[in-house]
Amino acid sequence: MATVDLKDIKKSFGKVDVIHGVDMEIADGEFIVIVGPSGCGKSTLLRMVAGLETITSGELLIGGKRANDTEPMDRDIAMVFQNYALYPHMTVADNMAYGLKIAGMPKDQIKAKVQEAAKLLQLDHLLDRKPRELSGGQRQRVAMGRAIVREPSVFLFDEPLSNLDAKLRVQMRLEIKDLQAKLGITSLYVTHDQVEAMTMADRMIVMNGGVAEQIGTPLDVYERPQTIFAAQFIGSPSMNLMDGRIDGGQLKVNDVSLGPVDTREGDVTVGLRPEHVFADSAGVLRLNVHQSEPLGANTLLHGTLEGKAFTASLPGVHRMPGNDRDMSLNFASENLHLFDPKTGKRI
Amino acid sequence: MEKRVTFKGWLLPVALIAPQALISLIFFFYPAAQAVWQSLFIPDPFGLSSQFVGLGNFEFLLKDPYYRSSFVTTAIFSTLVTLAAMIPALFLAVVADRLIKGAGAYRTMLIWPYAVAPAVAGVLWLFMFNPRVGVVAWYLGQLGYDWNHVLNDGEAMGLVVAASAWGRISYNFLFFFAGLQAIPKSLIEAAAIDGARFWKRFFTIVLPLLSPTTFFLLVVNVVYAFFETFGVIHTITSGGPQQATTILVYKVFSDGFVGQDLGSSSAQSVILLVVVGLLTIIQFKFVEKKVHY
Repeated sequence: MATVDLKDIKKSFGKVDVIHGVDMEIADGEFIVIVGPSGCGKSTLLRMVAGLETITSGELLIGGKRANDTEPMDRDIAMVFQNYALYPHMTVADNMAYGLKIAGMPKDQIKAKVQEAAKLLQLDHLLDRKPRELSGGQRQRVAMGRAIVREPSVFLFDEPLSNLDAKLRVQMRLEIKDLQAKLGITSLYVTHDQVEAMTMADRMIVMNGGVAEQIGTPLDVYERPQTIFAAQFIGSPSMNLMDGRIDGGQLKVNDVSLGPVDTREGDVTVGLRPEHVFADSAGVLRLNVHQSEPLGANTLLHGTLEGKAFTASLPGVHRMPGNDRDMSLNFASENLHLFDPKTGKRI
Repeated sequence: MEKRVTFKGWLLPVALIAPQALISLIFFFYPAAQAVWQSLFIPDPFGLSSQFVGLGNFEFLLKDPYYRSSFVTTAIFSTLVTLAAMIPALFLAVVADRLIKGAGAYRTMLIWPYAVAPAVAGVLWLFMFNPRVGVVAWYLGQLGYDWNHVLNDGEAMGLVVAASAWGRISYNFLFFFAGLQAIPKSLIEAAAIDGARFWKRFFTIVLPLLSPTTFFLLVVNVVYAFFETFGVIHTITSGGPQQATTILVYKVFSDGFVGQDLGSSSAQSVILLVVVGLLTIIQFKFVEKKVHY
C-alpha cells in the first residue's frame, strides 16, 4: 500500500507533446479513475506510472520515493491490461503464479496464495484451464487474480472492462470496486466510460488533449465542472450549451432572459444539464422538439432551443408535443453553469 | 464460415487439377517408381542389360561400412546445419525486434543472402576458404592456423555446414521475425511487470509462444539439410576428403552417376525416401505435442 504523487508529469514522443503536465497527490488506498476520450493521453499517463513509458519531465513518487527511473518490476505495482494479456500457454494457476515464481517464493506458499485469490474471484474450479478455454468475464477475473496474488502497493487498470458486454461490465464494475475496497490497495483506473468513472472513483481525473481538465470527486465534477469539456464529458446525455450574454446583471440567451447573475458582464457560455429542466407552461425556455426517445423511466426530447441543439430529459413517459411541437421548459437557477467562451473555464 | 464450391460435371475439376497432377506424375511418381524398380536390378558395366537381384542391393548397402558412415555423416551434418541456421536467425530476429528505428533496413539486408543460389553460395565460401588463395584461409594462416579443408575432414564439414546454413539464416530470420511481431506487446509488458527480466521473458514467454514457428522451421530445415545442400557439397568438397562430407543425397549421386552403380543408387534413394518419411512422422508425433498453438 502506498501513496502516489505526480508532480508536473510531462510526456513527449519526439516533438509531439502528449501530456502537458499533470499534478496530483493520491492518498493511500484511494481509487482514482482517469477518464477521457481516446487519444487524450490517459493510457500514456498510466503507462508512465507503470514504468512502461519513460517520463519526459516531472517527478513520480510511489510510496514517497522517486520512481522515475525504476524498472516496472521494482515499482511494486500490478497492472490489468485491456486485452488481459494472459499468458496463453499457461494454465490459470500458472498465470497467477508466474510473478511469484520469479520472485522466488516457495512452492507451497505460491499454491496457497493462488488458491486464496482464486477463491476470492470464484476461479477455484478453473485453475487447470488455459485462457482460451475461458469466457471474457473469466479471463478478466484471472487478470485480476494475477494482479492480486502479488499484493502490490498500487493497482493499475487500463480499460479493463471495455472488451466485455454491457451486462457483464456492470457486474465486473461492482466486483472490482468491492475488491479494491476490501483490499484497500491504491488504484489507478483508466477508462473512456464516464459511467465507470462516476460509479467507481473516489476521485477522478478528467483528461483532454494531454491536460487534466479537472481533478475531483465524481459529484464535485458533476455539480461544479471547472471547464466546458469536463461539463460535457461527465453526465449522460451531455450538458446542453447555449451562447449567452450578461447585460446589466441579467443573463440572456438571444432575447430570452434567464434571470439575474452577479458576475462579470459580456459573452458567456451557458450550460444546463438535460435532467435539470422540467416541463412548465410558465417556463421561459421554448424547445422545438424533433425527436423523442422513451427510455421508460424517463424520456429524452431532442430538438432546438434558441437556434441550437438541446436535449431535455424528463421523468416518466412524454408524448411528442402538439402541432407546433413547441414545449415550455423551466429550470432552477442554481443548476445553471457559466463558462468563459474564450478559455472554456468556469466563471 | 467455410465456402464450398460444388462442380456440376467432372470435366472442369479434372481439367483444373490436370496440370499439377501431370507434373507430379512425370517428375515425381514416375522417377520414384523407376527408382523402386531399378533398385531390384544390377545393370552390367556397359548398361546393356540388367539382372534381377531382388533385395540384393539393399542387403549389400546395409552391410557396406561406407554407406553406414554416410548415415552418421548425414545425421551430424543435418543437425549442425539446422542448429547453425536456426539459432543465429532467432538471435538476429530478437535483436531486430527490439529496434524501433531502421528495422525495415535491417530486415531487408538480412534477407539478401537467401537470394543467393546454394551452388553460388558454395563457390563464394570455397573462394574465401581456399587453402591457397582464400582470404579467410590467408588470415587464419597469419594467425598461425593452417586451414586446409581439402585434407582435414573436420574443417571440411565445418565449411559445408557454414555454407549451407548461411543462406538459410535469412529464411529462418524472416519467419522468426514475423513470429515475434505477432506476439502481443502487452504480454511482454505484463511479464516485465511480473518481474521477469529480458532473458527470463525470452525463455518463459517468447520462446513458448514462438514454438509453432520453431517447429515449422525445424521440419523445413531438416528437409533442406537432407536434400537441398547437394549444390554446396558438390562445389566445395565433392563429398571429400575421404567421404567425410558425403551425405546420403550426395552418395546417391556419386554412386549412381560417378560410380555408375544405378542399382545401388536407386536402392539408396528408396531408403532415403523412407528415412525422410519416418523423420517427418517422428517430428509431427513427438515434437508437435510440445508445441503451443
